[in-house]
Amino acid sequence: MEFYYHDDKSEQLMWQALTQSLFVNKLLATVINVLPIVTIIIGFQVVVLRRRIPNLKRVLLGFVYVLLGLVCFLVGLEKALFPLGELMAKQLTDPQFVFGNGFNAATVRHWYDYSWLYIFSAALVFATTIAEPALMAVAMKAADISGGAIQPTALRIAVAIGAALGVTLGTIRIVTGIPLHYLIIAGYIVVVIQTLFAPRTIIPLAYDTGGVTTSTVTVPIVTALGIGLAGVIPGRSPLLDGFGLISFCVLMPMMTVMGYAQLSHWRVRRKAKRTGDLHSGG
Amino acid sequence: MKATIIKLLYPFYQSLRDILPIVAVIAFFQLFILRQPLPDIVEIVVGALLVVIGLTLFLRGLEMGLFPLGENMAYAFARKGSVFWLLLFAFALGFGTTVAEPALTAIAEKAGELAAKAGALGDGEFVQRDYVLGLRITVAVAVGFAIVLGVLRILKGWPIQWLIIGGYVAVMILTPFAPAQIIGIAYDSGGVTTSTITVPLITALGVGLASSIRNRNPIVDGFGLIALASLTPVLFVMGYGILLS
Repeated sequence: MEFYYHDDKSEQLMWQALTQSLFVNKLLATVINVLPIVTIIIGFQVVVLRRRIPNLKRVLLGFVYVLLGLVCFLVGLEKALFPLGELMAKQLTDPQFVFGNGFNAATVRHWYDYSWLYIFSAALVFATTIAEPALMAVAMKAADISGGAIQPTALRIAVAIGAALGVTLGTIRIVTGIPLHYLIIAGYIVVVIQTLFAPRTIIPLAYDTGGVTTSTVTVPIVTALGIGLAGVIPGRSPLLDGFGLISFCVLMPMMTVMGYAQLSHWRVRRKAKRTGDLHSGG
Repeated sequence: MKATIIKLLYPFYQSLRDILPIVAVIAFFQLFILRQPLPDIVEIVVGALLVVIGLTLFLRGLEMGLFPLGENMAYAFARKGSVFWLLLFAFALGFGTTVAEPALTAIAEKAGELAAKAGALGDGEFVQRDYVLGLRITVAVAVGFAIVLGVLRILKGWPIQWLIIGGYVAVMILTPFAPAQIIGIAYDSGGVTTSTITVPLITALGVGLASSIRNRNPIVDGFGLIALASLTPVLFVMGYGILLS
C-alpha cells in the first residue's frame, strides 16, 4: 500500500485503526472464506446445470445472514470459547486447587491427582455430544435401517460415552506425555479388529459418527482446553502436546458404536434363536 | 404474527441448545467445584452471546440459501449420469465447504499462532499467515479428494472398510516421517473439518447418489463420506508438514 504513505497522517491512522478492528478484519476474512462455496454453487447451477436460481432474493439475503453470523461467531469464539477453555484448564490444574494448601516444590505430581480435570472434560464432551443435533438426525436414520434393533437414544448415549472416554484419555495423555500417535494407532488397530466382527450394515454409520460428534462449538472449546493444559502442565509444550483431543473424540465413538451394534445384534440373534427353538420344540 | 415470531425465534432456540450444555457444565464446575471468581466475566458473557447470535444467523442463512440449493444440486448431479461433472462437483463441494468452515478457520489460526510463538516457522510477518492459509487449503483439498473417493466408492460399490483401513495403514506409515509439531494438528484436522456446513451438504450428495443407483441401499451406501472426509485430512496435513520441513 505504497500510496498511503503520501497521504495525510490522520487518514493513514484511521485506515490502520479500521483494518485492525476485530470486526472489520473478520468480515473481510469471512467474505473470502465464503466466496469459494458461493462461486461453486452458483457456477455449477448456472453454467453446468443451466438452471436459474429459484428465490434469488431469499438466497442472497441468506448469504448476508451467513456472513454476519460467521463474523459474530468468530469474534465470540475469540472472546469467550477460547479464553474459557484455557481458563478451565488453568484453574483445574492449579496446584492450590489440586493439592490444597500443602503444596510445595517437593510435592510429587501423579497423573491421577487431576481427577476433577478428567471429570470436567468428560462431562463437557458428554453433554455437548448428547445435545448435538446432527447426531440426533443420524441416530434416527440408524434406527430405521436396523429395523429397531438399534435405538436412537441408546446410540446417542453410546456415541457420547465414546466421545467422553476419548477426551478423558486425551487429557490423561497430555498430563502424562505419552506420544499421541501411539494411542491413536493403537485405537486404529482396535477399530480394524472390531470391523471384522461388526454387523455389515452398521460399519459406514459407525465410521461416520466420529466425524459428526465434533461440532462447531465443541471443537474450539475442547482445543482451547488441550492447549491450555499443555501450557500449564510442567514439561509439556502447547505446540507439541496441545492438539490431539479432537482426534480421540473422533476415534472412540467408532469403537463404542460398533460395540453397541454388536451387542444389540447378538441380543436379537439370541432372542430369535430362542423363539426358533421354542417353535421347533413345540 | 405469532407464527412469524416463533419462526424467528426457533433458530435462536436451536443455537442456544447447542451452547447450553457447555454453559451448564462450566457453571456447575465454577460454582461447586472450583469456587473461584471468573475473571473478565463480562467479556465472556458478551462473547458467548455473540456465539449464539452468530450461530443463529449463520444457520438461518444456510437454510435460506446454501442448503436447499446445494442439496438440490447434489441430487441433480447424482441423477445427471455424467461421471466427470459429478466428480468435479464432488471435489468442489468438499473443497468449498471446508474453506468456509468456521471451526477450521479458528483452529488453523490457533495452530499458526502457536507455531509462530514456538519459533517453528522462521521469521517474517507473513510467514504465519501463509502457514495458516496453507494448512486450510491442504485440509480443503483433502476433503475434496475424500468426497471424490467416496463418490467413486458409491458408484463402484466398494466396501467402505477397505478404504478406511487402507487410510489407517497410510497414517501409520506416514506418522514416523512427519515433524513432531504437525502430528497433533494433523490428527485433529479430521474431526475439525466435518462440521456445520460440510456435514449436511456432503450427506445430501451421498444419500442422493446412493438412492439414484439401482441395487444400492441409500443408508448403507450414503453413509461413509464423512468418515473418509475425517481421515484424508490427517494424511494430507502430515504431508504438508513433511513438505514444509
